[in-house]
Amino acid sequence: MSAAGEAAREGEGPYLRIEGVSKRFGGFPAVDDVSLSIGRGEVFCLLGGSGSGKTTLLRLLAGFETPDRGKIYIDGEDVSAVPPYRRPVNMMFQSYALFPHLSVEKNVAFGLEQERLSRQEIRQRVGEMLEIVKMAAYGPRRPHQLSGGQRQRVALARALVKRPKLLLLDEPLAALDRKLREHTQFELLNIQKRLGVTFIVVTHDQQEAMTLASRMGVMDHGRIVQVGTPSEIYEAPATRFVADFIGSVNLFEGRVTEARADGLDIHCAEIGAEMRLACGPSSAAADGTPALTHGALALARGVPAVARGATVWVALRPEKIQLSRPGAPGSLTGIVKEIGYMGGVSTYLVEIASGKLLRVTLPNSARQSEHQISRNDTVSLSWHSASPIVLLR
Amino acid sequence: MRSPGYFSRAMLGVGLVFLYVPILSLVVFSFNNSRLVTVWDAAHSPTLKWYAALLANGEILDAAWLSIRIALAAATAAGVLGTLAGVALARHGPFRGRTLLAGMTTAPIVMPEVITGLALLLLFVAMEQAIGWPRGTGAVTITLAHTTFCMAYVTVVVQSRLAGFDESLEEAAMDLGAAPATVFRRITLPLIAPAIVSGWLLAFTLSWDDLVTSQFVAGPGSSTLPMVIFSKVRLGVSPDVNALATLMVLAVAIGISAAALLLRYRERRRQRDMQLAAAGSS
Repeated sequence: MSAAGEAAREGEGPYLRIEGVSKRFGGFPAVDDVSLSIGRGEVFCLLGGSGSGKTTLLRLLAGFETPDRGKIYIDGEDVSAVPPYRRPVNMMFQSYALFPHLSVEKNVAFGLEQERLSRQEIRQRVGEMLEIVKMAAYGPRRPHQLSGGQRQRVALARALVKRPKLLLLDEPLAALDRKLREHTQFELLNIQKRLGVTFIVVTHDQQEAMTLASRMGVMDHGRIVQVGTPSEIYEAPATRFVADFIGSVNLFEGRVTEARADGLDIHCAEIGAEMRLACGPSSAAADGTPALTHGALALARGVPAVARGATVWVALRPEKIQLSRPGAPGSLTGIVKEIGYMGGVSTYLVEIASGKLLRVTLPNSARQSEHQISRNDTVSLSWHSASPIVLLR
Repeated sequence: MRSPGYFSRAMLGVGLVFLYVPILSLVVFSFNNSRLVTVWDAAHSPTLKWYAALLANGEILDAAWLSIRIALAAATAAGVLGTLAGVALARHGPFRGRTLLAGMTTAPIVMPEVITGLALLLLFVAMEQAIGWPRGTGAVTITLAHTTFCMAYVTVVVQSRLAGFDESLEEAAMDLGAAPATVFRRITLPLIAPAIVSGWLLAFTLSWDDLVTSQFVAGPGSSTLPMVIFSKVRLGVSPDVNALATLMVLAVAIGISAAALLLRYRERRRQRDMQLAAAGSS
């Protein structure tokens, strides 16, 4: 065991370390120079659209693909060239991949049989695990005799019964219907906490990632664009891609008219106004990406300051905008073009003077609001000065 | 569902007559007392005398025994080779030479049999001259020849069965700690077992009734059953061939009925399982 391994055992270093890993398929870079550290007991979500390389990265970790470049360390040990059947990692497949010719019990026991444990110990551990996932009554059934949710739990039990320190989950909830999915999310987190396993979850569903993750990584074109906690990623996206991918956002292009030590003046033609943003206290996000929090451009150390005349983008989340009757001083006015009622909230599309449509989300807090806003109403828009985010890319 | 009209019924009748009358006439005439195949001797029929004659005919019995041995050996060899080729084609990704392998394993299906037979004969003769094996043509060369084209069918059946299963099954087994050999034994093999069995049966049948290729590579004293029947018919149809054909039809009919019953039983069980799953999900 190397010195690094010893350190990781002490709980100091990251449990999983990915260093500059790249993988190409026929010249196409599926995973492009990805580096990542994941700690013990984390629930880390890899979020990205289809073709963003998230599943390839997961398969690299499981050992089904070998990296063209870079190294993967688990618990301080280089596993880049270790075949999947010798890695201390288990995976839950999107299709669940339950063996159709084996019963539920036999499916779960399969991994333990490979470890050549005694029959009695296998039976005991399979029983315990089926108990945890509430499938103890279904042991003798075959996979095709189970419903989708039951299969999902058997797949989870089969992956966890070997007591892996790291569990990879590929779209674990994608095959479930919506109600069951919400319920299962919390069940998954319960089991994760109970067993203390590190989870790496691949998902294309941002809602799912936000709920599950302690930290998440957003992937695009084989690269990790941003890593952070769900709230960091939502409130302080690093790029326009992230801002747009996670939740919805109103983006305005602007030009820096004045760059001072304590803030920026940005001219946004689309808003038709000068915006003044102050530098807040630096609260750097993970991995040294510039943290652009609370509308104030927090200049992290080592990040070049924005030059005068530079083009930047101002992002504003729909729920951070308030609508009120026109006439409120110092605010923007617009005309409501569309209203989308979604039960708990309503989304308004408001056209401002420049012709740009703004998306605004308001909670339907009263059952029947007296100040109901209807289509073609003229409203004034306002937001807290800390709400806009400045994006450099 | 709408009940079929007169036209459909009539066409069904014509179709059944077309398919079964030749076989039926063969069966009926096997019980004919007359030496002349086409004349029904109403006075002394039915009789089992041609069946008795068949059992006394050493040539036919020897040929049948040889055919069975060749078919067993060729089907088994083709089963093993075809399974390996099918797994390689379905599971091992785009390896170098894959297209060539895919083309060559399925070539015997589309190649005219005369050409296959001639090519194999030339090969065996050349091999005997070069390395002294196979010594002369006979049962060994027939078995080898049958293996080549039977393997093609097994490959296709196994490959298409595997294509129906997600490759993640094997990956999951590997992820759970099973080395490749264990994965093959515990996961892949059970999954493709039905395909191997049906491929083996197909190969057995093809070898059993092959005439053209066998003619090319057979030697003196190694006549298979189809070859004996063919040469007898050329000299004039004798009724004991009818008896032999009837026995073969009987054997096939029993085999097919058994398979159909088994399939129906399994389908019923599967449907019951599905209902169970639906009930469990609520």
